[in-house]
Amino acid sequence: MTKKNFLTLMILLVVACALPFLVSNYRTFQFTLVLVYAIALLGLNVLTGYNGQISLGHGAFYAIGAYTAAILMDKLGAPYWATLPAAGAVCLVAGFLFGLPALRLEGLYLALATFALGVSMPQLLKYHHLEAWTGGVQGIVIAKPEPPAFLRDAGLVLNADQWLYFFALAVTILMFALGWNLMRGRVGRALIAIRDQHIAAQAMGINNALYKSLAFGVSAMYTGIAGALGAIAVQYVAPDSFNIFLSLVFLVGIVVGGLASISGALYGALFIQFVPNIADDISKAAPWAIFGVIMIAFVYLMPTGVAGAVRLLLARKKSP
Amino acid sequence: MFQVLAGLATGGIYASLALALVMIYQATHLVNFAQGEMAMFSTYIAWSLINAGMGFWPAFLLTVGIAFILGIFIERIVIRPVENAPVLVVVVVFIGLLVILNSVAGWIYTYTIKSFPSPFPAEPLFGIRYMSAHQLGAIGVTLVVLAVLYVFFRFTPVGLAMRAAAQNPVSSRLVGIRVGWMLALGWGLAAAVGAVAGMMIAPIVYLDPNMMSGILLYAFAAALLGGIDSPVGAVVGGFVVGVLENVLGAFVIGNELKLSVALVLIIGMLLVKPSGFFGKVHVTRV
Repeated sequence: MTKKNFLTLMILLVVACALPFLVSNYRTFQFTLVLVYAIALLGLNVLTGYNGQISLGHGAFYAIGAYTAAILMDKLGAPYWATLPAAGAVCLVAGFLFGLPALRLEGLYLALATFALGVSMPQLLKYHHLEAWTGGVQGIVIAKPEPPAFLRDAGLVLNADQWLYFFALAVTILMFALGWNLMRGRVGRALIAIRDQHIAAQAMGINNALYKSLAFGVSAMYTGIAGALGAIAVQYVAPDSFNIFLSLVFLVGIVVGGLASISGALYGALFIQFVPNIADDISKAAPWAIFGVIMIAFVYLMPTGVAGAVRLLLARKKSP
Repeated sequence: MFQVLAGLATGGIYASLALALVMIYQATHLVNFAQGEMAMFSTYIAWSLINAGMGFWPAFLLTVGIAFILGIFIERIVIRPVENAPVLVVVVVFIGLLVILNSVAGWIYTYTIKSFPSPFPAEPLFGIRYMSAHQLGAIGVTLVVLAVLYVFFRFTPVGLAMRAAAQNPVSSRLVGIRVGWMLALGWGLAAAVGAVAGMMIAPIVYLDPNMMSGILLYAFAAALLGGIDSPVGAVVGGFVVGVLENVLGAFVIGNELKLSVALVLIIGMLLVKPSGFFGKVHVTRV
């Protein structure tokens, strides 16, 4: 990491820490969701951006993560922070298992299979034999976590929204650091090699099957953790909030933010959180019309997304 | 028995949408995720025409015509630039198309559910008690569409040119076929077939911008079951999926998990026999 990059990151961190004290509680809550989406987008980007496996069903893993957290908190009384690793583990296994059959599917067919997963997820969650756990159509309401006592003792007074924001921020930083390290190392290079030329990758001794299903698992784990965090932030899970459009939102996010880019996840998350709010003023249907147009415009005009555009601008500035 | 017949009826609709999917696949080797929304949008156009005082069948024909032209426009404007792009780009464009059509329909016609008239009489035809006239009619319409398509592809010069363009674009261009326009024509036809499917299912499931997401899934399952490159397979697959969905839904797993039948079918078929029961097996050369 260069000195300049480090400096930029530090400034970003300071801004992120100052944010909840500068804006209203509702905005803080929205920024918490931005962080949640950023983790989910990072997860999808590992799979789709870096590894080239198209998933139109990541909303399903988000849902599994959210429900894992909600069930653990509501039925078993687990503390909220403990649900994140649990959700991650459950989704890692679920993603790995879904990734195994997905090995045989390529391109469009994988998109199709994951699309089917995304569409049928709400129905599975409503299934009446699971109702004792999932709460059926009603879903589950969970309590908002309070800031821990030691902060109050230390003289730092935070309200619940602010605390949740910082909690999410810490998780996000951890997940991004992990993701960044994973992607720039041996594993990341293997994933990219498989995306670009899977036969050549295999010839070079990369275990395609293992890496591809691993990518699925890790990707699902990220999305699951995001789902758990999202459920805690929203304090509510219900089947219909995890419909196919959630999966499509994630796709919009990585395309806009930038495929195969770590920072792109953050841009994408800001986009999918705030653009609908602006567009909502025009019409209830407007956000999706705008999403659709922007999505198509981006793949035509700016295929590397916002992250790519930022990189290009910086490069231009350096060499005038 | 009743469930089987009811399944055949809905199967007819899946069959026609699957047919549209297969047609686009044959012409372009792409699976069109926006097919369902295209059909939904056409159905709304038909609804507007009927509400404006038009009779059902004139509105039906006019809608099929409009859908045909819209399909060509979509191919020319949206799909053509990404013809040789990576799969991910194509999928993103399709999804973009899906959400645009969905939200524009919601914008214009609102999300309230509307009823759509059926062209067929309310009392059962030919004294068959188990199936309503509309269900029978829908099956009939599907079979007619299939027959028309078969004749078109088998016996007309344009149909021959389209098949040639899909099979070997380079050679087709050399013998003077305008391959680009053949693709556009394929999209137009698929949109028209989708419009028929939409108008046939709308009286059953009612009209609303999200009516197609489930149906599209069944159509995918049907197309994969029959083989994504086989029109006859798509129709057979449609009926099979319709019956399976109804019988399993009624007796085995209950109505709540019907969509999962499609999920399991899609994944199962892709894993066990990706080319479907009627499709050709493709071998890719390194």
